[in-house]
Amino acid sequence: MRKQFVKTTEDLMAQDERLVLLLGDISVFGFRNVFKLYPERIYNIGICEQAMTSMAAGLAKEGLIPVLHSIAPFVVERCLEQLKVDFCYQNMPGNIVSIGSSYDYAALGCTHHCPGDVASLRALPGMEIVVPGTPSEFDRLFRAAYANHHPTYFRLSERSNQESYEVEFGRAKVIQRGSLATVIAVGPTLTRALEATKELDVTILYYTTVAPFDEDTLRENCQREKIVLVEPYYAGVMVADIHSALGYASVIIKSMGVPRRFLTEYGYAEEHDEAIKLTQENIRAQVEEVIRV
Amino acid sequence: MHPTKDYIVKEIQNLINKLKRQIVLATVAVGEGHIASAFSILDILWVLYDRVLRIDPKIPKSDERDRFILSKGHGSLALYAVLAEKGFFPASELERFAAFDSPLGGHPDCNKVPGVEASTGSLGHGLPMAVGMALGLRIRNLKKRVFVLVGDQECNEGSIWESALLAAHHRLSYLTCIVDYNHSTDRSLLLGDIAAKFAAFGWASTTINGHDHDAIYKALIRNESGRPIVIVAETVKGFGCKQMENNPAWHHRAPTQDELPAILQELV
Repeated sequence: MRKQFVKTTEDLMAQDERLVLLLGDISVFGFRNVFKLYPERIYNIGICEQAMTSMAAGLAKEGLIPVLHSIAPFVVERCLEQLKVDFCYQNMPGNIVSIGSSYDYAALGCTHHCPGDVASLRALPGMEIVVPGTPSEFDRLFRAAYANHHPTYFRLSERSNQESYEVEFGRAKVIQRGSLATVIAVGPTLTRALEATKELDVTILYYTTVAPFDEDTLRENCQREKIVLVEPYYAGVMVADIHSALGYASVIIKSMGVPRRFLTEYGYAEEHDEAIKLTQENIRAQVEEVIRV
Repeated sequence: MHPTKDYIVKEIQNLINKLKRQIVLATVAVGEGHIASAFSILDILWVLYDRVLRIDPKIPKSDERDRFILSKGHGSLALYAVLAEKGFFPASELERFAAFDSPLGGHPDCNKVPGVEASTGSLGHGLPMAVGMALGLRIRNLKKRVFVLVGDQECNEGSIWESALLAAHHRLSYLTCIVDYNHSTDRSLLLGDIAAKFAAFGWASTTINGHDHDAIYKALIRNESGRPIVIVAETVKGFGCKQMENNPAWHHRAPTQDELPAILQELV
């Protein structure tokens, strides 16, 4: 996805002179061509994410469209208050693009993990949150939303789904319709959810925009009010939105995602998937269980 | 016949005192306000808005304006009083300061108040936003100046020094940062020679008496090639009101009805 981010941004910078890129000393080599082409619109700010974020809001005040980029914990959690006040409270447009989702950088340890980004940003009124499942989905979603006058967070993952869909910003995609339960898969969990539910008579909804939450698609397609929610970040972030969309009706939600504890092991992301049971097998088990209820 | 210098000084002093009375009275209804912080920056803001900034209150969002951010947002009462005097909104709005549906809050909101460039209050945000605005103006090839006022205690924030590095590195010569050195920080973290610290980061620095209008004016109109400018303004918190001056009890409160007459009497 990171390569696609470079490609898409470079392409858009050629078309839109308002785009300004601020890097927290990340992806500098990847953007080497942009440094040559548009030196007045790309800056390697260094390791000062708080000032970088406020500075980006200052650029937005001058009519420019900033894109902030760093590893997730540093471009979200380190500067959360700057995102809250300078972007959301002031209603400034801008784009925050992170790499290193959840435990993508498993071997680097908990300082470089960030499963809490979406939960944190969901607490900021006005912050849009986009979780693409593949590079081409990122391309579609970024082009659709980068200049929409709101602060928007794009969460890039190291791992992608096997198949891309023609996703729309702000809309969930109905992958299949069934009658026994609804599976909601967010971003790069879709392939696992599809494999897990093979030959099961369930609806599968695919969300790549977490905020603003698409209530309509859920309401129109939710079967029997039995839901398995599969999120690639802290489990349960979308639960409140689901309850709200369904009018606080009685609903069973099996919520899967990253548990709220430090994952102190290292290794590979796939090993963490196994350890926290965010696997195809466990999705299958949860779906079968919810159907039986 | 032109008025004499003494007459002009007296006239400005009368005006400053009028604004100070408005600031005090604004706090009475709501029962709170950062009066002392407003008094320490009022002289600076008046000179800035009266003699330096190229602004038009009829077109507060004009591209052609100079920009000013009050980074220490709790000094909002001084900014409101000056903006009202300059015609951005009626002075009568001050009487509803911090009321439930007032546009004028304890910290300024740029989406509610004409002439307010940024919503501030959380310290350490205004300077980096000003850095972004100055860079944005350069990208857009607009030669406008950006001024920002920070407090000395605000300079405890790491983001101030991140911004100091960034502004110098990017040679933002159209950026001027005024430090209101009213020594609030002395109770917690000694900053020493703030001008020397900024100079070490690559800024052009100067230190002035922040209540001397001529000194303020000379410092504000200074131009530098290739370097941002910092003006360290030595000020007195609560300046002009003896019981408030350097008295921490007055950091955030309004006068009682018993205290009010004597305070207003001092401000004439």
